[in-house]
Amino acid sequence: MSVELDVFVGNTTIMDKEVYQLWLNGYTVNDAVKVRIEGGVMEECEASAEVLLSDTMDQYRTFQMCERLLHHPAKLANQLLFQIPPDRQAMLIERYYAFDDSFVREVLGKKLSKGTKKDLDDVSIKTGITLKSCRRQFDNFKRVFKVVEELKGPLVENIRQHFLLPDQLARDYAAIVFFANHRFETGKKKLQYLTFQDFAFCAGQLINNWTVGAVGKTNNMMEDMDVDLDKEFLQDLKDLKILITDKDLLDQHKNLVCTALRGKTNVFNEMEANFKNLSRGLVNIAAKLINAKDVRDFFIDLVEKFIEPCRSDKLTSIDVNLYLTHYTNSAHILDTFKHHAVWTRYMGVIKSCILRMYHD
Amino acid sequence: MPGKLKAKIVAGRHLPVMDRASDLTDAFVEVKFGNTTFKTDVYPKSLNPQWNSEWFKFEVDDEDLQDEPLQITVLDHDTYSANDAIGKVYIDIDPLLCSEAATVISGWLPIYDTIHGIRGEINVLVKVDLFNDLNRFRQSSCGVKFFCTTSIPRCYRAVMVHGFVEELVVNEDPEYQWIDRIRTPRASNEARQRLIFLMSGELQRKIGLKVLEMGGNAVVGYLQCFDLEGESGLVVRAIGTACTLEKISTFPATATHPNNSSPSKDMKDSPQAAPSTLGCRSTHSSPVHSASSRLSQGFSVSVPTLLFAGMGSGGSAGKEAGPLKALLRQQTQSALEQREYPFFTLTAFPPGFLLHVGGVVSARSVKLLDRIHNPDEPETRDAWWEEIRQEIKSHAKALGCHAVVGYSESTSICEEVCILSASGTAAVLSSRFMQDGPLDTEHRLSRQPLCVFSTGSERVEGDMGSSASLGFEEVVSPGCGFCHIPYDELNIPFPAQLTYCYCCRRYKVPDVLFTTIDLPTEANVTGKGCLIQARLCRTKKKAQGEGNATAISSLLPFLEYELHTQLMNKLKLRGMNALFGLRIQISVGETMLLGLASATGVYLTALPSPGGIQIAGKTPSDITYEQHISTMQKKINDTIDKNKELYEINPPEVVEEIIGSPIPEPRQRSRLFRSHSESSDEVSELDLSHGKKDAFVLEIDDTDAVEDIHALLTDSPTPAGFYSCNTEIMPGIQNWTSAIQMFTSVRVFRLNANLTNQGLNKIFSDLCENLLKSLYFKLRSMVPCCLCHLNFTVAIPEDELIQVAVTAVAMSFDKEQPLENGKQSGEKTLIKAITENDEQLQFNLELNAETSSHNPLSSPKGLSEVGSHLSARASSLEKASPLPEGRSRSLRSNRSYSGSSVAVVKMTPLSFIPGAKIIKYLGIINMFFIRETSSLREEGGVSGFLHTFIAEVFAMVRAHVAALGGNAVVSYSMKECVFMENPNKNQAQCLINVSGDAVIFVRESELESTSVQTQSATTHTSNGGEGT
Repeated sequence: MSVELDVFVGNTTIMDKEVYQLWLNGYTVNDAVKVRIEGGVMEECEASAEVLLSDTMDQYRTFQMCERLLHHPAKLANQLLFQIPPDRQAMLIERYYAFDDSFVREVLGKKLSKGTKKDLDDVSIKTGITLKSCRRQFDNFKRVFKVVEELKGPLVENIRQHFLLPDQLARDYAAIVFFANHRFETGKKKLQYLTFQDFAFCAGQLINNWTVGAVGKTNNMMEDMDVDLDKEFLQDLKDLKILITDKDLLDQHKNLVCTALRGKTNVFNEMEANFKNLSRGLVNIAAKLINAKDVRDFFIDLVEKFIEPCRSDKLTSIDVNLYLTHYTNSAHILDTFKHHAVWTRYMGVIKSCILRMYHD
Repeated sequence: MPGKLKAKIVAGRHLPVMDRASDLTDAFVEVKFGNTTFKTDVYPKSLNPQWNSEWFKFEVDDEDLQDEPLQITVLDHDTYSANDAIGKVYIDIDPLLCSEAATVISGWLPIYDTIHGIRGEINVLVKVDLFNDLNRFRQSSCGVKFFCTTSIPRCYRAVMVHGFVEELVVNEDPEYQWIDRIRTPRASNEARQRLIFLMSGELQRKIGLKVLEMGGNAVVGYLQCFDLEGESGLVVRAIGTACTLEKISTFPATATHPNNSSPSKDMKDSPQAAPSTLGCRSTHSSPVHSASSRLSQGFSVSVPTLLFAGMGSGGSAGKEAGPLKALLRQQTQSALEQREYPFFTLTAFPPGFLLHVGGVVSARSVKLLDRIHNPDEPETRDAWWEEIRQEIKSHAKALGCHAVVGYSESTSICEEVCILSASGTAAVLSSRFMQDGPLDTEHRLSRQPLCVFSTGSERVEGDMGSSASLGFEEVVSPGCGFCHIPYDELNIPFPAQLTYCYCCRRYKVPDVLFTTIDLPTEANVTGKGCLIQARLCRTKKKAQGEGNATAISSLLPFLEYELHTQLMNKLKLRGMNALFGLRIQISVGETMLLGLASATGVYLTALPSPGGIQIAGKTPSDITYEQHISTMQKKINDTIDKNKELYEINPPEVVEEIIGSPIPEPRQRSRLFRSHSESSDEVSELDLSHGKKDAFVLEIDDTDAVEDIHALLTDSPTPAGFYSCNTEIMPGIQNWTSAIQMFTSVRVFRLNANLTNQGLNKIFSDLCENLLKSLYFKLRSMVPCCLCHLNFTVAIPEDELIQVAVTAVAMSFDKEQPLENGKQSGEKTLIKAITENDEQLQFNLELNAETSSHNPLSSPKGLSEVGSHLSARASSLEKASPLPEGRSRSLRSNRSYSGSSVAVVKMTPLSFIPGAKIIKYLGIINMFFIRETSSLREEGGVSGFLHTFIAEVFAMVRAHVAALGGNAVVSYSMKECVFMENPNKNQAQCLINVSGDAVIFVRESELESTSVQTQSATTHTSNGGEGT
């Protein structure tokens, strides 16, 4: 004796948020029922386990049927099969495209390829997120990546319009796409302390300031893409090398910075001692960015060349902020230094990235 | 050349990829009507083609317009091989043929394929130009409005209720034709879908003709069904109630001064408004009126012979083509017209129409199917139904009633055996809305008040004592009048306990009342109601042919009897005394019979309080046994008390008489029901053997009784915050919010072999209970809420499989609102009803005066006049209320401009939408779909397959309604859901038939503000919270 078939179809599609989350989390029907029983919904509604199982199966089926539409969220609004109120549609989309920070940390900057997908079971074990959920998240990244890859115009806006995501989520996806595109190294041990939100913030800085689109906003909008770094800018960055190669300039710069800092911090001596080292580090990073391979190491370089030395000298983030401010501004006063625009564009991003990344 | 159909193919979207190489599609469209086909250009390499075609024009007879659907086929062009079909859209253009319904069909319609389901959408525009046809021999009936709603549609007023119309057409089922062996499943499915579309079109046209003949302009309570008889063919049959309806102006300004000319014109239109209607009118003046109702009692004097005859014929359980009793035949032979049947498919009535209710009448007949040899003359099927209707009629007469209301017909087929069932409620109606067809014997009888009255009066006065003054009925409150017995007290056709009405104390009422109609709005009810179900399973031996039919016939009365006993017990257990909306479904399988009776129980204030249930043992000497009995008794008494509290049943004052003795007096038994619903001799014998004189003393030794008690106590109560009923309205709940959720749920249960009857019963009962529990759980977010119109259908798709399908609507209500408010609104509607009623009366008078001048029936000209007048009036009415028109237009334009978003379409099995006013009926929706798969596992198994299909059916209904310019479907029902599977072959097939009325509604709150700005706002919100 068994229930052979059991369906429930409402004119307005009924979707339980809680069950949806369980489905998104990759729980099996049976596990989901267990979670629901523990949640006490049974007592609340005088239901039996049987009823709960039937309801869960039914909801899971509905979600599976909807999944195809969720891959193209714009379709959800003008499809006819499910009558879903707009606020529900937004909820479905937002939750479907939501991701776990711990998961995204694992794949951030990796190529969104089949190979990476194959390794997801390791990620699943490491993060404790079900493989199913990992796959969904990974496929979401890949889908968004593929769609915006072929689009022109601002990255965040494209994602928001195409996938009907709320602003913050669209920004996060932009970061993921950006990282995947440049294959930034994020997995090294030294970078483990950084959260996804740290990286997302940095990505936002890079997108807004260093890409073609960042300049393009004023002139040629049509051809631009936010995904690629501005080649011309990267080329110009090489010119900054003069700050470390020209001995006079380096000394002059140091003096200016030290004058400005004197008396304003407890770690002045350390700063003074380390100035050349730090300046060399930052300028070298700039000069190397023209090579795609070195772009990948951008974050590891920032940590190794700047953040770690500062940290070993026990600089607070206020100190770092002070130092970077004066370091940036002083360069403009140097007589023989001509690359003010490039310097500002470079240091603006570097400063905010470092400040964001400067924590335990 | 009476009509020009025009179609334009605008665009497609979301098309499937047909060319794997390019991931695109080269789509074009074929538009076919009748034998004419047009094609659009190929729109290459796109999944969102923009054809923007010219207008394709079809010049056709209006007869074809009614029969044929417009068939749109989307194909993928292929240079080297045959073009691949993507899918089809069938468009029923009937709504466009009636000037009061929709004017254009425009919108995105799903492209449907029977194998793949919905494959994208197509945007089309369809219009019809109709020319008036003055040919009186025409075969079309354009302009007759059809409504599934089983009450007078909300924005109409009944000028006249003409009566019963029925028709059936038969054909060979394409699935069983020889050609089916060589064609693809898709071709076979499409042939079937198309044929059924054609047949329902034809059926509707033929019914329309009958309506025109009767002088009506609409069919209300239109019920169309399919009998898939397999080898022997396909039957499409329909019943309905012919009416003359008149549109009520939606806006108060015009409503106060309705165009006085139109109703009188109406009357001119109806050819049969014979002068004798004058008599009808006069019955409204008090003395004669009561006489006419008294008459029905006089009626029953002559009835026993008839009843006898009906029963003697072997009743419903007859053999194939069982002969009708000669007496009946003689009676009917003279004028075997459909109007011979005083049946009404309505379940709710204009105030003052329903005078008395007798009880449920039902008839069943077991038939052996044979091939229909000549589809043009479906004589056998007609004769079968005729036989059943005759029986129903005689039952009604036995109850002293001249009419049957809430009438419906159904079938259950298994292999070559078919059970035909009909049921309704015997009633006495006011002649106010009925006209005098000269052919209508039934009504003529009821209009001979003088002679019958004179014979009956003496006796009546004797019964009633001196109180039986003639003007009496006029004073009777409408809240209890319908409960008063219509039959003669001395000649009660069955043993019933009569008491004086607990409301007016003047007339006799039965102790229990069962009906198939909705609870009249004016009825006095104590407390709330609830869904009551009786469920039964009976095994039977596998057999063939006649033997099988006989076996089933002999089982049926037992089944029905036990269902009634269960119902009665459950009713008592809830402390209630009346059932409304009773629907008994009997389903036949190879090795079992299933019976499911659903109804809504209520406590009618006019009826006596029900006694309790007493259990008695046969061996009183045993002490432990007695203890067992007394604990059982206690349990039952406790349940009754709990239920009374739950349903707020505390009848005023009278209570003292009954309370304290849950044990009924021995005479408080009722066999009201079974004795008239079953007509075979076996039953009456059975009564004696089982009933033991006291239906409500359950003897525990009796295995049946143990089962009964078990069934009684296993029904779990509805969870807190939930109410349920299978009728339109729930007594005691008025303050509905606008939140409604229509749903369909289907379950199939596989049984083990070799189950006993008892085991089967338990499984079946649990299946229904669990399904209800699941529904409550699913809809918990809507609490407090009521599941209305819970409509269960059971089937035995295969040996050892039980299928239960439920369609209902969950409606939230406002608990916080003080009761008084509800009362007020109730009163308000009552007042409204009364004023409406007055208006109706007034019209009726006018009409009669007008028509008495000439009798158009005799002149052939009369008929042609009808047509032209009808359309003329219709158009004038349209003009008279320009606002709703404008509204619908702006609605439409709004939709087409907003483009991407999908308009919300509400669906409900009820005839109304809470908190909203229906301002226009756009036409009937009647759709039939087949879905088949040969990759069942890949589609998520049987559940996945059916889930998708039902969702697709909903989507197609919504899309067609939206294309008509509507924003809701009312009186929606899924009449057929035939599911077949073959998991070994990874195959499944399902057929679904749905119907309803497409309407435009506006929220009441919006209606009240009448300024132009709000009007635009209205169109916005009535479109629903559509997507951004």
